Amino acid sequence: MNKTLFLGTLAAGAMLAGIAAAGTLDDVKARGVLNCGANTGLTGFGAPDANGDYQGFDVDLCKAVAAAVLGDQSKVKYVPTTGETRFTALASGEVDLLVRNSTWTFSRDTDLKLDFVAVNYYDGQGFLVRKDLGVTSAKELGGATICIQTGTTTELNLADYFKSNSLEYTPVTVVDDADAQRQFLAGACDAFTTDASGLASARATLPNPDDYVVLPEIISKEPLGPVVRHGDNNWGDIVRWTYYALVEAEEKGITKANVEEMAASSTDPEVRRLLGVEGEQGKFLGLDNDWAKRAIAANGNYGEIFETNLGESTPIKLARGLNALWSQGGLQYAPPFR
Amino acid sequence: MSGATDLPKPAFRLSSLIYDTRYRFITIQVIVLILALLFTAWLVENVRSNLALKGKDIDFAFLWRRGGYDIGQHLIPYTNDSTHGRAAMVGLINTLVVAVLASILSTVLGVFLGVLRLSKNWIISRLVGVYVEIFRNVPLLLWIVLVAVVFSETAPAPKDFKLVNGVAKASMSLWDSVAITNRSTNVPFPLLDRPLPAIVTPWFTLPTSLLAILALIAGSIWAVLRLSRRATAVQEATGMRPVTWWQSLAILFAPMLAALYALGFHLDYPALKGFNFQGGLSFDHAFTSLTLALTLYYAAITAEIVRSGIQAISRGQTEASFALGLRPGRTMSLIILPQALRVIIPPMISQWVSLTKDTSLGIAVSYLDLRGTLGGITLNQTGRELECMLLMMLIYLIISLIISALANVYNTSVKLKER
Repeated sequence: MNKTLFLGTLAAGAMLAGIAAAGTLDDVKARGVLNCGANTGLTGFGAPDANGDYQGFDVDLCKAVAAAVLGDQSKVKYVPTTGETRFTALASGEVDLLVRNSTWTFSRDTDLKLDFVAVNYYDGQGFLVRKDLGVTSAKELGGATICIQTGTTTELNLADYFKSNSLEYTPVTVVDDADAQRQFLAGACDAFTTDASGLASARATLPNPDDYVVLPEIISKEPLGPVVRHGDNNWGDIVRWTYYALVEAEEKGITKANVEEMAASSTDPEVRRLLGVEGEQGKFLGLDNDWAKRAIAANGNYGEIFETNLGESTPIKLARGLNALWSQGGLQYAPPFR
Repeated sequence: MSGATDLPKPAFRLSSLIYDTRYRFITIQVIVLILALLFTAWLVENVRSNLALKGKDIDFAFLWRRGGYDIGQHLIPYTNDSTHGRAAMVGLINTLVVAVLASILSTVLGVFLGVLRLSKNWIISRLVGVYVEIFRNVPLLLWIVLVAVVFSETAPAPKDFKLVNGVAKASMSLWDSVAITNRSTNVPFPLLDRPLPAIVTPWFTLPTSLLAILALIAGSIWAVLRLSRRATAVQEATGMRPVTWWQSLAILFAPMLAALYALGFHLDYPALKGFNFQGGLSFDHAFTSLTLALTLYYAAITAEIVRSGIQAISRGQTEASFALGLRPGRTMSLIILPQALRVIIPPMISQWVSLTKDTSLGIAVSYLDLRGTLGGITLNQTGRELECMLLMMLIYLIISLIISALANVYNTSVKLKER
């Protein structure tokens, strides 16, 4: 891994010159494929299914961007990244877009020279424990051994939380979610901590989900969102507004099924602008006017994507909570399309 | 020697830099040197300009900023308020601990196995042969992961040691002193009730009690040696060796026992408290499995080196030694091994160096060594890939050079003295 990272960094330099000059959009169009940084495997967010095809909440955003830019949601190459390798992969140009449960923080946005363009999942860090451990609160975890994924914000939050509560703990630092789950299952740690959504996903994939419980404490704010490289604002705009198009579509009741019909018959000026019937919004992004229509037609609006991958009908059973639309008491809010 | 070769040598001209073999080698070397320097300069400039393009600079200031993360195994005081530099130090020490321990253990085990490999006993030599072939022909990483998985999957969880209705699923071994759980090995640890005041400096704490005990032991050994020398003198003078064993024992143990009693020595036994065993000394399985796998793997390679070293010594040496009446054991230790060392040491140096570098494979079992702290968490949290990697390469380079230098000094001392 040392060598890969180092060579990657060196190679990054050489490649970056070309990328920065040409612009990511031109690059993606010329390549005909969107390189999307995905999770190595977090069910519901980004994981290969039985056929090896990537599926999930984050993956669907990659597909929407591919549909908007290339006109075909299948033209995505998923690059599996770990918590450690993800930002290097993005900074080096190995991926055009990173949608991998990455928390938006000040230092990543500034010092790491990345741009978080939106928040597609408002999350917080929690703890997963075995039910028979008899623990009902994170405050009772003093002296416990805790599995954490390295290279994440959770590792820092954990240290802060235990310090502010004057508790001791033993960290077991693992490379990715899969390894963390294995260690947790083998009993090498008492608790597994990551974003609450990740815990719900992990719990759903454990052999007997009912033997495990997510503790009530949420110890941090984890706004997760798509990330692009700093400096290519046009590409950032495309990803940001593709995402907002999905949110706006939910608000306006545009679904995968009725998107064509809405485009043909809607009289709402905002819907008409969004779907490219009116105005020339696509041109401002460097795309054609049907970009948003294709993005929505790919896997539906934000609500549909949430329900198919994470909602009550899936094994993960996450409620919308903070991720409901602003009009329904949540935080998901798209700026006006005008 | 003959007059025909004494042609007058042509004087130096500019063209002789190309055509005259006496000068051409200088030209070639200068050109190669210039090319190498140009290539290096191009690499450095390429990295610098491309980093500048990304808006990044080379800056080591992060080493003095708060790390913010915790490390399970730290031999020097460390909290999440410590700096990234301190975390790197903790990692470096963890690396060195494993490297030193595994080097010593693998060398001892390897020498032992290498000698056994040459045993006349067919079963023993074949068994060692099988061991060597199995261990050195499977990648080290797989051994490390295997040992770690065996520990974590087969050992009982800490809560299995708890008494439920008077029965516990697992119990501690060695008279209730050692607990092996699926997380760590917990052994008793010596503690002092009335220790000597420690000398505290900002960088380290001087363990005065430990040093005092070590000094006492050294003193006792010296006294015993004096005693035995005097006994030898008496024996040479009178032909009768005085009985000294009880004096030796008294000198060895009485002062130490008295000192330990005065310092309030006792063993701190591990006990299950809450989620884990507390008290005593706890070895993480990450540490144990890394050390164990490195030891077993490098012992196999060392065994081969030792075997080849011994076989390099001519059979005549053994026969001569037998002819002088030396027993096989003494032949090996007095005649064969000292000569074999000359063949053994050079490849051993590179084994120790490569063992030290291979400790970085500890990342596979979450062992937080230099690679795990500086090259892992710090790198990720600060995003300073190039700086962390350069620093880490430099540190590994320095460690390896030190090992080579020390081993070469030893090699010089045992090599054939040409007079």
